[in-house]
Amino acid sequence: MFKSLMTWVDDRFPATKMWNEHLAEYYAPKNFNFWYFFGSLALLVLVIQIVSGIFLTMHYKPDGAIAFASVEYIMRDVPYGWLIRYIHSTGATAFFVVVYLHMFRGLMYGSFKKPRELVWLFGMFIYLALMAEAFMGYLLPWGQMSFWGAQVIISLFGALPIIGEPLTLWIRGDFVISDATLNRFFALHVIALPIVLLGLVVAHIIALHEVGSNNPEGIEIKKNKDENGIPLDGIPFHPYYSVKDIVGVIVFLMFFSLVLFFAPEGGGYLLEHANFIPSDPLKTPEHIAPVWYFTPFYAILRAVPDKLMGVIAMGASIVVLFLLPWIDQCKVKSIRYRGVSFKILLVLFVISFVALGRLGMLPATPFLTMLAQIFSVMYFGFFIALYFTSKNEKTKPVPERITK
Amino acid sequence: MKQLLSVILLGFSSLVFSGLVMASGGAHLDHAPGDLTDTESLKRGAQAFADNCLSCHSADYMRYNRIGRDLGWTDIEVSDKLINTRGADGEKTKVGELMKVAMNNDYASVAFGTKIPGLTVIARAKGGDWLYTYLRTFYLDDSRPMGMNNLAFPDVGMPHVLWEKQGLQKAVFKTEAGTDGNEHHVFEKMEIVQAGTMSVEEYDAYVGDLVNFMVYMGEPMQLERRSLGIKVLIFLFIFAIVAYMLKKEYWKDVH
Repeated sequence: MFKSLMTWVDDRFPATKMWNEHLAEYYAPKNFNFWYFFGSLALLVLVIQIVSGIFLTMHYKPDGAIAFASVEYIMRDVPYGWLIRYIHSTGATAFFVVVYLHMFRGLMYGSFKKPRELVWLFGMFIYLALMAEAFMGYLLPWGQMSFWGAQVIISLFGALPIIGEPLTLWIRGDFVISDATLNRFFALHVIALPIVLLGLVVAHIIALHEVGSNNPEGIEIKKNKDENGIPLDGIPFHPYYSVKDIVGVIVFLMFFSLVLFFAPEGGGYLLEHANFIPSDPLKTPEHIAPVWYFTPFYAILRAVPDKLMGVIAMGASIVVLFLLPWIDQCKVKSIRYRGVSFKILLVLFVISFVALGRLGMLPATPFLTMLAQIFSVMYFGFFIALYFTSKNEKTKPVPERITK
Repeated sequence: MKQLLSVILLGFSSLVFSGLVMASGGAHLDHAPGDLTDTESLKRGAQAFADNCLSCHSADYMRYNRIGRDLGWTDIEVSDKLINTRGADGEKTKVGELMKVAMNNDYASVAFGTKIPGLTVIARAKGGDWLYTYLRTFYLDDSRPMGMNNLAFPDVGMPHVLWEKQGLQKAVFKTEAGTDGNEHHVFEKMEIVQAGTMSVEEYDAYVGDLVNFMVYMGEPMQLERRSLGIKVLIFLFIFAIVAYMLKKEYWKDVH
């Protein structure tokens, strides 16, 4: 019965073919470790955000006069509205946590290297779209931090010569953040960017499945195939990695629930205290800081004394990530077989990124600004040093087969 | 190399630490003695809130009968105890309505020189400790239009509404040399100038109940949130064991 139904479908749509290509006969290396959970987790969080977002949209009002009240209406009067809202707000942070760990995995094991440059580029575009999505979503609760955060970030575009001021006006649709801004950010947040994100995610996965997954050893499993053309060190994604990823999903959901149910405000870092005061164009909060996932770049922005140069530096700090496949010229992929220089550089890079993230949350005192400058130099220094050292790195021989 | 690394790590951790210290800086705050499971305290706080705050401040994301349902009052009790307003039609405000305020906000802006903030989620913006300190540290200050100032909220526009209960107090400052070499006025203690109808302990308890209620009102589902969280975690824990066993079973033949 089922078989004849599937034959009927397959004659008209390649359902079985797609299932096999991407799951049942997609051969992944057998040695994925802890770091390989974050790709599937990012997909999970995307689904969580879309589903919870749909339910929030049913009750939220993108209107400057009642947006703030409608969020509190969701928190109080909508049955389990508080749960959906906290899922969505915690999900935003979870998204960046898993994406940052996913990207770090790529750095460590050289997953951005040939032939996976496009996988990396699609991934970077996802990251960019995600930042836009998060930024626009943060305006919607219409609290003080929503308002002033958006005001500060949009005014950055004003630093650009000639087109700057007209551009900010065009983005806001008004001279200040206003109802017009709220409405367009809502439209972009719930329709435009999710479509872009979904398209990019599909492209990311198709590109990955075309070239095959990298692994902690950085060995190309397609180089060693059996007589049927199946990689000797590969196992079908389904059922092996589907059952393994379920374990990852549940452990992730446990951490997710700890924040969601026991610390949804995250000590004022996830839901900022000032955002429980309705937006007021006449009262500037004492201290304006973006949410934690933007703070490394915000710290770089503030580290540069000149506003335009700061904006350029901030842009460059993201653009440089796109270029990574061409900056790192080492033929060996995995950190396990790479030279000491790469290991040191990577440690310094992580330190600079986390430190900048911390500094971006704090008020810019002269001392902290100096620190931000040091760490910004370290951040860019990673890419420059990598460019010059990676070509002649003292690497270890990479094994032919995956043995561990 | 290792030395360099440890220096970096040390500087790094001190940076993170200094950030934490700074985040908790600002004026000294007294710890609010709140307990959200203490329904009697919340009821007293709700009464104090309705009696003193609601005449000027709104709490208009919250409904009267939500308080009744959560704290164990019937609709009739809620109406008798908490509702003091009437609608435009002259009828008494219904229990299902939002906790709006009788005062016109335009009038308020003129009278107090500022918009009067709604209080529904003020505890989430300011924190219970801040509210507890604020409501107890009004002191006489002739330089202010209302004759009063506040330690937690300097040059505040709000008059000391609870002065009859607390009495009037004066702040004693001492001069201290700060770490930067300059001299600072540092608050030392409060001195009662005119006794109120409550003792200091009674007043602290009264404000404690009020703040407890405001913390509850800021996020009325917070107890439910935690209890649901425990159930979810127990479910996930059991599910994790099953999932792990399934994974082990499938992976037996790999390697």
